[in-house]
Amino acid sequence: MRPVTEAELAEAVAGASEPLLVRGGGTRVLGHAVGEVLETSGLSGVELYEPGALTLVVRAGTAVAEVERVLAAERQRLAFEVPDLRGLLGREGVSTIGGVLAANASGPRRVQVGAARDAALGVRFVDGLGAVVKNGGRVMKNVTGYDLVKLMAGSRGALGVLTEVSFKVQALPEAEATLVIEGLDDAAGLASLRAALGSPFDVSGAARHSGRSFVRVEGMAGSVAYRIGRLRDLVGGEVTVVEGEASGQLWRDIRDVTPFAGRPGEVWRIVTLPTAAEGVSARIGGEAIWDWGGGLIWVLTEHGQGAEVAAAVAGRGHATLMRGEGGPVFPPEAPEVAALVAGLKERFDPRGILNRGMMG
Amino acid sequence: MDMPVPDGGVIARKGRIVSRLRTVLPGDAVIDAPEELRVYECDALTAYRCVPLAAVLPRTTEEVSAVLQICSEEGVPVVPRGSGTSLAGGAMPSADAVILGVARMNEVLETDYANRFIRVQSGRTNLSVSGAVEAEGFFYAPDPSSQLACAIAGNIAMNSGGAHCLKYGVTTNNLLGVRMVKMDGTVVTLGGPWGEPAGLDLLGVVCGSEGQLGVVTEAWLRILPKPEGARPVLVGFNSNEVAGACVAGIIRAGILPVAIEFMDRPCIRATEAFAKAGYPDCEALLIIEVEGSEAEIVEQLARIRAIAMAHDPVEFREAADEDQARRIWLGRKSAFGAMGQINDYMCLDGTIPVSSLPHVLKRIGEMSREFGLDVGNVFHAGDGNMHPLILFDANKPVDLEKCEAFGAEILKLCVEVGGCLTGEHGVGIEKRDLMAVQFSATDMEAQMRVKDVFDPKWLLNPAKVFPLASSAARRVG
Ligand SMILES: Cc1cc2nc3c(=O)[nH]c(=O)nc-3n(C[C@H](O)[C@H](O)[C@H](O)COP(=O)(O)OP(=O)(O)OC[C@H]3O[C@@H](n4cnc5c(N)ncnc54)[C@H](O)[C@@H]3O)c2cc1C
Repeated sequence: MRPVTEAELAEAVAGASEPLLVRGGGTRVLGHAVGEVLETSGLSGVELYEPGALTLVVRAGTAVAEVERVLAAERQRLAFEVPDLRGLLGREGVSTIGGVLAANASGPRRVQVGAARDAALGVRFVDGLGAVVKNGGRVMKNVTGYDLVKLMAGSRGALGVLTEVSFKVQALPEAEATLVIEGLDDAAGLASLRAALGSPFDVSGAARHSGRSFVRVEGMAGSVAYRIGRLRDLVGGEVTVVEGEASGQLWRDIRDVTPFAGRPGEVWRIVTLPTAAEGVSARIGGEAIWDWGGGLIWVLTEHGQGAEVAAAVAGRGHATLMRGEGGPVFPPEAPEVAALVAGLKERFDPRGILNRGMMG
Repeated sequence: MDMPVPDGGVIARKGRIVSRLRTVLPGDAVIDAPEELRVYECDALTAYRCVPLAAVLPRTTEEVSAVLQICSEEGVPVVPRGSGTSLAGGAMPSADAVILGVARMNEVLETDYANRFIRVQSGRTNLSVSGAVEAEGFFYAPDPSSQLACAIAGNIAMNSGGAHCLKYGVTTNNLLGVRMVKMDGTVVTLGGPWGEPAGLDLLGVVCGSEGQLGVVTEAWLRILPKPEGARPVLVGFNSNEVAGACVAGIIRAGILPVAIEFMDRPCIRATEAFAKAGYPDCEALLIIEVEGSEAEIVEQLARIRAIAMAHDPVEFREAADEDQARRIWLGRKSAFGAMGQINDYMCLDGTIPVSSLPHVLKRIGEMSREFGLDVGNVFHAGDGNMHPLILFDANKPVDLEKCEAFGAEILKLCVEVGGCLTGEHGVGIEKRDLMAVQFSATDMEAQMRVKDVFDPKWLLNPAKVFPLASSAARRVG
C-alpha cells in the first residue's frame, strides 16, 4: 500500500486486518517484523519552511536528500547529521525524513547538538487504530501537554505511523576543520577525545578509527582557527589539520560507518560511557570505530558474538545488532521498563498490527 | 478554578493514613497539623490555594516507594512537589491529597567529568547543580530565572527552560536519565549516564509530564565545560517590526547568540523607573549575548552590529566591561520585580513563531485597551517564547477575572498564529481548560493513554494538565 495523503494512510491503517510493515525508504529497518508493506513515500513535500525562524515542517515520506537540498538552498541543514547506512546495511532505496525520526538516526554532531529527537519540534502520526494524532508543533519552546514527539522519535513505527514532522534546523557554518591525531595508542587516542569534549572549544565531532583520532570544530572562520589552535595544544600526538570538503568527507565516512561497508561479519552499534569504550572494545575484539568521544562504538566482528557483546556492555550501556543473523536485534529492557513499553504498545496499537515483532 | 470534589472517604481516614505513613518515615518527615500544612497550600500561582491532607518529606528513593505504595493502597491522590515555584499551579494540592516533597533529597550522588555528567537527588536546586561542578570549570546549562530556588525535580516535571536555551536547549535536551517511582511503588530507571535509550524514549515523555507519571527521585544530568567568556549588547529600536526583523537577520546570518531577549516600551519604562539600568526610552529593546574567547566575542559582535545597523537602531550599546554588562542585564533581570512594583501581575508564557511577533504585539496592545488592563512584554525573542505580564489589582475580584479572560485571549492568539499555550511554565491547573484550544480530543486521548499506562488509577497529580471533563472518567476509576 502506498497512500498519498494522511487521510488515506489513516484509512489504510484503520481498515487493515493483517499486520503492517511500515516503511519509509526501507534503508534503516532493523529486526524481524512481518506484514503487508505500508509505504509512506507517497506523503511527500515541504509544508512550511521559515529560514529566519529555523523551522521546517515536512511530510514524513519526503526523501532526506530532498530535505537536505531545500535546506542547502538557504545555507541551512539538519544539525544532527543524518547517517546514510545503505552502504553498511547493503540496502537500496530512498531514505525518508519520517524514517530518520522513527529511528532517531543521529550522527557525530550529536555530542554538540543532540540527536534527531532534540531537533524535532512536532509530529503528526496515525496510531494503530487509524486515528490521526498531533503533538508538539512548529515552535522551539513548547511544553503544552505530554511530549509525544520524544516518544515517537526512535519508536520505529511501533506506536504509530508518522505522517508529518517538524524540525529546528541550523545555519551552515562558514568554516569547518578537523584535527587528525596520529601516534597515540587507543587508550591515549580515546583520552584525547575526552579532553577535547571537556574543553570550552565547542567540539562538534570526536571520533577514532584505524589508529587515528579526529576532532572537529565548526563556525566562523576566525573562531575555527582559534579553537583548532587551542585544541592542538590539548590533544597530544602528531597533529595535522584538514579543512573544508576534505574534513566533510572524513566525517561522512564516520557517520555512515563506511570503513565497515561491504566487509563480512556482523556489525554492532554500542552506546556506552566514553571511559568504558576501550574496555568494552577490548573485551569484544574485532574492529572498532569510536564516535561521540567513545560513547558510541561500531564494532565489526565475526558472526555469533551476541553473548559476548551483551556481557561486555552489561551495566555500562547497550548494544544493537545492526547487521548480522539471528539473536535479538534490540537489547532487552529491564522487566519494569518492558512492562511500560508493552502497555504503551497495547494502548497505541491495541490490535498489535504495526511493525509486529520489530523491537522484540 | 474548578477542582474535583475531594474524596470524603479519604479525608475521613486521615488518621489511619497518617499513622501508616509514620511507619515508613521518620517522625519529622510526616506533617499533618493544619497550621504546618499551610506552607504547601499553593505554589507560585498564589491565586489558588488548598491545604492538603498531609505532607511527607522522604530522603530516599526507598522511602518514596514505601509512601507511594501506601497511598496507592489507600486510594490517596499524591501531588509531588519540588520547591513550589511553579507558575502554573502544578504543585497545588487538593484537600484529599498527600504532598510528596523532595526538598530533603538534595545530595550530589556522583560527578563524572570525564563522561560529563552529574547524578543528583531530584530535590537539589538548579543553581546548586552548577555550583557543584563549577570548580572544575563545568556548568549545568538550563537556567530558569527561578534557579536559586527551583528543584531539578520541578525542572524535569515542567521541562523548564532558561535564558540560555537558544544555544543549550531546555531540560529535556540536558537530561540523560532518571530514577523514578511509579504510583504503585515500583522503582524504574529510564535512560542512564550514556544518554541514548535502548528502546522507546520513555525518559522523553516523562520529562514535561508535570508529575503525573511518576515521582522522580534521582537524575543524571549532562554538564558542559564553561565557555571562556560572554558579553551582552543592547540594541534599541523604534518599532517592534524592525526589532523582529533584526532578530531574524541575526539568525539567518548563522550567528548563534546564547540569548536574545526582547522588551517592549511598557516594560522598559517600568524597569527603568524601578531599576534605573539606563535603558533608552524606545519602542523595543533587544539584549543579545554571545559567548566564546575574546576574539570570538569580538568577531560575533561585529557581525551583530553590522546587522543591527542596517535596521537603523536608536541605540547600540556594547558592554565594555563587567559593570556595563551587568547593567545591560539589570533591567531585564528586574523586569518581573519592576512590574510587581506597579501592581499585581499575571505572567503568561505562550510561544509564537518568531515571524508573528509584530502582529501578536499589535493585537496584545489592542486587547489591552479593550480589557482596560496594562500589559508589558518580555520575550525570549530567539525562540518565540513570550512572557506578557498583565497588570491587575488582586484586591478587586473583577480585575482577576478580567485578567484571566485577557490572558486566555492572548494564549488563544498564540495558538492561532501557529504557536502554543506554554513554552516553559507548563499547563498545571492554570492552562488546563485551554488545552482544547490547541489539541483535539484525539490528541489529548493519546496523551492520557500514557498516563493510563504509568498510573492506571490516576492518583498522581490527577487534576492537572487535562481539562477536568476529559479526564473525569479516568479519575473515577
Ligand atoms: C520568579 C520565577 C521565575 C521563573 N522563571 C522561569 C524560567 O525562566 N523558566 C522556566 O521554565 N520556569 C520558570 N519559572 C517556573 C518554575 O520555577 C519552574 O516551573 C520550575 O521548574 C519549578 O520547579 P519547582 O522545584 O519549584 O517545582 P514545583 O513548583 O514544586 O512543582 C512543579 C511541578 O513539578 C512536579 N514535581 C515536583 N517534584 C516532582 C518529582 N520529584 N517528581 C515528579 N514531579 C514532580 C509538581 O507536581 C508540579 O507539577 C519561574 C518561576 C518563578 C516564581
